[in-house]
Amino acid sequence: MKTLSLFFEVHRPMLLRTYRFFDMGVDHNYLDDARNRTAMQRAAMNVYQPMNALLADLIRAHGNRFHVSFYLSGLAIEQMRSFAPDALQSFRDLAATGCVEFVAGTYSDSLASLAGEEPFRDEVARHTEIIRREFGQTPRTLYNTAMLYSDSIGAMAASMGYQTMLGEGARHLLGWKSPNYVYANPLNQKLRVLLRNYRLSDDIAFRFSDTRWSEWPLTAEKYLGWIQGDRGDTVNLCLDYDVFGSWQRADSGIFDFVRAFVDQAIGSGFTFVTPAESARAHQPIGILHAPHATSWADEERDTSAWLGNELQQEAFNKLYAQYEAVRQLDSPDLNHVWNFLQTADHFYWMGTKWFTEASRQNSNNPYGSSYDAFINYMNVLSDFINEIARRKAAATSR
Amino acid sequence: MRVLMFGWEFPPHIAGGLGTACYGLTRGLARNGVDVTFVVPKAYGDEDGRFARIVNASDVETRFTEDTYSQELQKRLSFIQIDSPLTPYITPEEYAEGETFHHTAHHTGRTLWQGRYAFAGAYGPNLMEEVARYAIIAGQLAGDLRDSFDVIHVHDWLTYYAGIAAKRASGKPLVVHIHATEFDRSGEHVNQTVYDIERAGMEAADCVIAVSNLTRRIVIERYGIAPEKVVTVHNAVRFASTPDEEVRRGLDDKIVTFLGRITYQKGPDYFVEAAAKVLARVPNVRFVMAGSGDMMPHVVRRVASLGIADRFHFTGFLRGADVNRMFALSDVYVMPSVSEPFGISPLEAMRANVPVIISKQSGVAEVLDYALKVDYWDVDALADDIHALISYPALAHLFARKGREEVTGLKWNDAAAKVKQVYERVIAEAGR
Repeated sequence: MKTLSLFFEVHRPMLLRTYRFFDMGVDHNYLDDARNRTAMQRAAMNVYQPMNALLADLIRAHGNRFHVSFYLSGLAIEQMRSFAPDALQSFRDLAATGCVEFVAGTYSDSLASLAGEEPFRDEVARHTEIIRREFGQTPRTLYNTAMLYSDSIGAMAASMGYQTMLGEGARHLLGWKSPNYVYANPLNQKLRVLLRNYRLSDDIAFRFSDTRWSEWPLTAEKYLGWIQGDRGDTVNLCLDYDVFGSWQRADSGIFDFVRAFVDQAIGSGFTFVTPAESARAHQPIGILHAPHATSWADEERDTSAWLGNELQQEAFNKLYAQYEAVRQLDSPDLNHVWNFLQTADHFYWMGTKWFTEASRQNSNNPYGSSYDAFINYMNVLSDFINEIARRKAAATSR
Repeated sequence: MRVLMFGWEFPPHIAGGLGTACYGLTRGLARNGVDVTFVVPKAYGDEDGRFARIVNASDVETRFTEDTYSQELQKRLSFIQIDSPLTPYITPEEYAEGETFHHTAHHTGRTLWQGRYAFAGAYGPNLMEEVARYAIIAGQLAGDLRDSFDVIHVHDWLTYYAGIAAKRASGKPLVVHIHATEFDRSGEHVNQTVYDIERAGMEAADCVIAVSNLTRRIVIERYGIAPEKVVTVHNAVRFASTPDEEVRRGLDDKIVTFLGRITYQKGPDYFVEAAAKVLARVPNVRFVMAGSGDMMPHVVRRVASLGIADRFHFTGFLRGADVNRMFALSDVYVMPSVSEPFGISPLEAMRANVPVIISKQSGVAEVLDYALKVDYWDVDALADDIHALISYPALAHLFARKGREEVTGLKWNDAAAKVKQVYERVIAEAGR
């Protein structure tokens, strides 16, 4: 029987305040608290609360035939704890139904997997720790930031004890193959790889309310028809949670669409499963070779969205050069900064790929230009590096 | 296609962006097969007292004869110089104060064409009369040359009456080119007479060309010109065939440069305030202000009172090779203009591989991606950007590499092609 898998990514970066070079050495507050609070509370009100309530309804109605999965970044959880505790509680309530799998990921929604095995392991360990504490689950599935996946990232995941990993069903990865099957990693064939069906996922994420789209308006019947027409064992629909109520606003009818789609899919015999269940339910049909990292970012679906230009590479290299020092000092306040500086969004905003396509820049971009993003980040990072050096000197003189 | 153009300055006597733009555009037009009769006021070195003269372009002394277009240019271009003290950036007040003009105000009426332009024989006592006098000559000239051009093109307000007179005398369509408006020059303290002349020029024009969308909006909103009559043609930059300047640097310090007239419009005081902020925290940097202008004394005093005079230097007005040398020495170029209809100098800096910071209130910001853009009044942001360009090499490298590529793509040929389309349109409309 063909299964469906609904996976949601919940993440809020911690936005940096405008940090001038003359703040360096004077003021170590890097975050824009007001903006972060507003962003979190808005998301809680427009997205988390209504969508979680809807999922709870569907779980009550369909019981074991409706399972979903989530990735909540550590930073999103921290900010929920500070600014929207009710929203965090509603996620805990979902966890308590037993129908929701919270998967492991990076704590900061970071690019640590591209920086090396050690930083990556640390990020994932920190994340599983907070998931265990908040939701009482020990993840068995790994989702890496923005679906970043390659043979070697998969092998790292397997060596950390994960059995299943999510990846982007990019055309340059799959060729003629379909994303609707379970695959195995070539370096460690025990690791199951589930691939996002980006066409069907993006139909909802990007096109749902686009009146210029030839398929608009999208109805549950039509959408279910496409899924039935697609060959394969399982269809993985992986979406940013902000799609529901923010990218696609409530008045677009997105919530009604989700309800109707789930009801009708189950009515016509589908079961919604979590990634772990999907990997157990279906035999892998082959080995998937992914020598280069793929992701769900932009048309390229590779790492160029974050590391495509020299500004991004410079910031990334300067940050991860501090990895050892931060780990050795292991101080709570430095670790906190280390976490939020790693977030992939910071690097994404430094991108220079689309000067002319401002619309593609996602709407929570706090910067006027890629250069502003780079300069502000480097100012913060420079002060952070100075502070690390100062602490190191103090530690050795003691 | 033949155009009678009332322009400003030609090499080697170029004092600012307007002359550079006129020159670049004229060359571009020649390349696009347009014949240009170029009329300029000439206030110096005309000892024989001839009132107006026609010179073949090949007779004009120019430093650019080595370039490949020069033959084309010579074929397409003729010059008419009208004896007049008008200069592109003069204000009525400055004209009244400028004793130099009155000293030279004794010319006889001997002329090239049997005294046809032998009128008054003296420069006007004030700028407005001089503008009017220039217009009368322009009208006579246009009437005489009626059969040798199809369209009239004038640049900035001092020549607008000339344009209007030429249009009346010849019946040919008029194109008015806005490089700067009175609002750019004087902020909100506009000179009403100048404003009236600008407005009259724009209203009499068959088409108004603005150098940026910023300027186009001003033309539409502040002068009440119909939007469909106003076209934006962005300026471009000329690539000199000379190789990059090799300059020995005597100091290891990073050099941050302001190059332009030291006037309200260019925002020199914001540059000074930002410099003080940077110098308070960063040791190895020097600031250079190259240029001259009415705000110079104010700026010097401010630099002294901020106590940064040991790291803030003035070069005075630079021209030609000195400009290139200054760029070669610079690590950052700043143009903090309060109001800049276009602003060609950042392009010249980028051409010399210098990263640039420009104000968002400049037209050139519309065509550049590889430039930092700040609000001119945001001194903190400006200081921060200067710091970033001298502290984070990745940024400076990216700008040096991509910036040069970007300006290379801004070609006068393309700008001139758009201007030619404007000519074709107004000629077609006039013929109907």
